[in-house]
Amino acid sequence: MADEDVVLLDFWPSPFGMRVRIALAEKEIKYEYKEEDLRNKTDLLLKMNPIHKKIPVLIHNGKPVCESLVQVQYIDEIWPHKSPLLPTDPYQRAIARFWGDFVDKKIYGLESGKVWTTKGEEQEAAKKEFIECLKLLEGELGNKAYFGGENLGYVDVVLVPFYSWFYAYEKCGNFSIETECPKLIAWAKRCMEKDSVSKSLPDQDKIYDYVLHLKKVFGIE
Amino acid sequence: MKWRTIFSSKTMGDDEEVKVFGMWASPYSRRVELALKLKGIPYEYIEEDLSNKSALLIKHNPVHQKIPVLVHNGKSIPESLVILEYIDETWRNNPILLSQDPYDRAMARFWAKFIDEKILSTTRKVSFTTGKEQEHAIEEVTEQLKLLENEVKGKAYFGGEGIGYVDIVANFLVFWFGNLQEALGINIFSQHKFPFIFEWIQKQLKIDMVDESRIPKDKHLTYIRTRLAAFKSASK
Repeated sequence: MADEDVVLLDFWPSPFGMRVRIALAEKEIKYEYKEEDLRNKTDLLLKMNPIHKKIPVLIHNGKPVCESLVQVQYIDEIWPHKSPLLPTDPYQRAIARFWGDFVDKKIYGLESGKVWTTKGEEQEAAKKEFIECLKLLEGELGNKAYFGGENLGYVDVVLVPFYSWFYAYEKCGNFSIETECPKLIAWAKRCMEKDSVSKSLPDQDKIYDYVLHLKKVFGIE
Repeated sequence: MKWRTIFSSKTMGDDEEVKVFGMWASPYSRRVELALKLKGIPYEYIEEDLSNKSALLIKHNPVHQKIPVLVHNGKSIPESLVILEYIDETWRNNPILLSQDPYDRAMARFWAKFIDEKILSTTRKVSFTTGKEQEHAIEEVTEQLKLLENEVKGKAYFGGEGIGYVDIVANFLVFWFGNLQEALGINIFSQHKFPFIFEWIQKQLKIDMVDESRIPKDKHLTYIRTRLAAFKSASK
């Protein structure tokens, strides 16, 4: 579309940024990707997200949209005809939003980070809760191919970026997510067969290297 | 002890059954009731004792086991922000809570998240900490309220021409927050410091349904003080 100007301020390992990349790819929207150095944020980022000063920031025709769940819904509403992400029925939409909120609170939350930032009892407790939350998501997926049914939907886009971090979690936590949640891993691999997902997620090894780097920087063993 | 009350400004149709599992002092619960009242939707309210949650609540919200939960014709919807959007999408009469414009909707959702994830979250820290930690939390929430103040500056409502989604989410500022700071003996929020939010509050109070959803002050102060005392003795 000649009159559409779409810019994404992002940081390559961010699962929040990945959500937006997937949504834009699903909608086949061309955009300019701008990598931010989070230790040296650009004036553009600070101007476009003065409240949180965080990525990702979606800039559409000069106007910023912040917060990844807000961005994914915005993308779905601006470009509704290709790959609709939210269903049309209000109750189904509520269920999707509920699980999107659950992913943010429980999978991306501070507690799950403890799987790689802590050791001993604290780590074991974090691992247990993390697996329990993934199992709840498995339950919600049921026998569907995707959370969205036959195609990728809102919850798929919101959750699948985390798959790129699973290997790092497994190495740091010394456990196998596939053993605990085989259906969820099968789902993730199914998502990865789609270009919109595989081209938006970095390599799991790269994420693991990044996590090791973070551990060094923060003095975590 | 649980009690039921039927709130009805219209006769409930045979095909509509709306229930709210809530708690009278919870701002999250109050915002759901406010939305239903503004839209004129009759509902049955079920008061939950949070120290002794009912089997029905757990059945309708097995994942978080929290209030509020909206149950519409047997379908359960938890999480207040999710419920508000569901109400707006299901009952399309006035007031329409979210604009049709995707950018305006994105801004409304952004501010609702900011209120819940920043202001209300920091307010919890203010309530449950003391000393330096509390001082820091007070500074933090003051900064966050200033950002919200800036957002409502020059506007009658957060959204547009009438009460909408963000006004309902910000409803905690109309009664709840003032009661809380009085119970805590602190002064974060005053007309002097936040003239625009205060102006917005005066406009909100002119709306019947908002005024009617006033939390009984003495009961609320007692409740907060009791909870804080219990928390302090439990953490010793």
